[in-house]
Amino acid sequence: MMPSGVFNTRPQQDMAIVRTRAQWLLLAAALIFLVTLGLYLPQEWVVWLIMVGIYTVAALGIHIMTGLCGQFSMGQAAFMALGAYTTAFLAGSHGWSPWLTLPLSGLVAGLGGLVFGIPALRIKGFYLVLTTIAAQFVIMWAIRQPDWLGETYGLDVPAISIGGAALKDAQFWWLTLGVAAVMLFLAKNIQRTATGRKFVAVRDNDLAAEVMGINLFRTKLLAFFIGCFFAGIAGWLWAHHLLRINPDLFTFSLSLWFLAMIIIGGMGSTAGVVMGAGVIMLVDKLVPRLSPVLADAFPSLGYQIPAALSLILFALVVILFILIEPKGLYHRLQRIKLYYRLNPFSY
Amino acid sequence: MTEQTPRPVELKVENLDLSFGGVKALDSLSFEVVRGQIMGIIGPNGAGKTSTLNCINGFYRAQHGEIYFQDKRITRLRPDSIAKLGISRTFQNIQLYTGLNVVDNLMAARHFLFKSTWVEGALYYGRTHREEVEHRWAVEHIIDFLELERWRKSVVGTLPYGIRKRIDLGRALAQEPKLLLLDEPMAGMNVEEKEDMARFILDVQEEKGITIVLIEHDMGVVMDITDKIVVLDFGRKIAEGPPDVVNKDPVVIKAYLGEQAASPV
Ligand SMILES: Nc1ncnc2c1ncn2[C@@H]1O[C@H](COP(=O)(O)OP(=O)(O)O)[C@@H](O)[C@H]1O
Ligand SMILES: [Mg+2]
Repeated sequence: MMPSGVFNTRPQQDMAIVRTRAQWLLLAAALIFLVTLGLYLPQEWVVWLIMVGIYTVAALGIHIMTGLCGQFSMGQAAFMALGAYTTAFLAGSHGWSPWLTLPLSGLVAGLGGLVFGIPALRIKGFYLVLTTIAAQFVIMWAIRQPDWLGETYGLDVPAISIGGAALKDAQFWWLTLGVAAVMLFLAKNIQRTATGRKFVAVRDNDLAAEVMGINLFRTKLLAFFIGCFFAGIAGWLWAHHLLRINPDLFTFSLSLWFLAMIIIGGMGSTAGVVMGAGVIMLVDKLVPRLSPVLADAFPSLGYQIPAALSLILFALVVILFILIEPKGLYHRLQRIKLYYRLNPFSY
Repeated sequence: MTEQTPRPVELKVENLDLSFGGVKALDSLSFEVVRGQIMGIIGPNGAGKTSTLNCINGFYRAQHGEIYFQDKRITRLRPDSIAKLGISRTFQNIQLYTGLNVVDNLMAARHFLFKSTWVEGALYYGRTHREEVEHRWAVEHIIDFLELERWRKSVVGTLPYGIRKRIDLGRALAQEPKLLLLDEPMAGMNVEEKEDMARFILDVQEEKGITIVLIEHDMGVVMDITDKIVVLDFGRKIAEGPPDVVNKDPVVIKAYLGEQAASPV
């Protein structure tokens, strides 16, 4: 829905991401706001923003694989690990420039995605989900094996420095914001061009897609490659943010979180992915604060229960969203915008 | 007219055999379609009409026989390769991309006409934008042609049956085919919708010069718009010829037209 009085008269206008001057201004304002957040938010929340940015990038990968192409993946955290370990190994142990390992991290994860995407030729649905779960455990198992990947103590990752000085948290937030913005731009472009339409065709009707000239195997593999490439980039960010990584970071439940993010955001929209990541991270941030309060209020519960609470609440949030907002947050936002545009009259 | 050189054969089907377990869906089926013509395939339910189209576009693999498209053997090609050669089709039970709107369904069908790579697309760099605009115009023309403007931005899953049938045709046309296979494009439509569809099909043939293979049950329509008819029964061709000849063929009347011939059409 366009703002009132604005019409598309040429396809060029219809296809643009940003259509009116007001939208440009809003976008610029939002970016400036996000940048300045790094200046006055307490460090704890800056770190939180960094994590939202990193998870958004990984969830965008799931958005492409699952949301667009319909190939469920439950191994995104492991592909993140491939990216993180690529930079830890090359930039950390071998002294390569992190700027060089940024695309390499994406590439290694993407190639890993190709390997585990191959079964998608023959199997779909539930069984494909099983192979992606297998990807999670096989990759993490493989990373744990060799000694030089530092299974016990983890691997050190060098801090990123610009002009000789290592980035502080606020500056790392700007870097994350920049990378996330670029990845968002790429994801949006993939979605609105030929490749994205091909993905959706495979998702909606693979038989028709094949008859209409789409090579199913290559298209699915491409979705896996791109989706896992995003995971690798997210892994790179995470590694250079934490400065030390170990296999325990890249859990199966993290993989599930990424799926939850796109479900909450509304499958099929990039803006929704950002919202989904924000909401999940907010739950994650607030629940630990709730647990001690609950533990004090109901001492009989003991202290293990509040710890488990985070997971239960997380599950509840996802279920609630599926029940109440099955089309996701993005859809709701569109509805609200539509309402204010039509009522009473907005010129 | 007698001196006219014969027009080239667009599609040639030779001795196709197809069986599913014990069921013989096609039994040594042969026919030719002349370039620029509309050929009708008729026959009772289960006669093998849809299976014939499925063999042509590579969806089914015949056990014996050959299929040639513009003298190129396409018998063993994959469906996506056959589509790229210029054969597109519609489906008896509409098979659209339900989550996309009309424009994007048609745009998706044109994917192999795009030259820019996915990397260029991701960066929205180079020829990507120009191509998107160019193909969007082509799609808009087809939408115009099929009078689908009203539904341009509607998600197709929600649209009424008759409109979806038309979008299915639009999607096939969006591929800029040389040969169009239509599987009961008018099934389940009312008289008005059928007339519209018949008009579109004739326009496709006349304006775009596309060769058409049409499966249709409504004998009135088939007699009106086809140049030639092949009659199938239990996977075998029992008659072939111009509509007014097939119409009077006693074998056909007995096997298939019986009911229609008895009742006024
Ligand atoms: N995929 C399939 N599996 C098994 N039998 C099939 C399949 N497709 C078609 N058949 C059989 O082949 C015969 C011809 O079917 P079809 O080509 O759909 O007929 P028509 O389109 O003329 O109604 C029918 O007996 C049908 O049951
Ligand atoms: Mg049929």
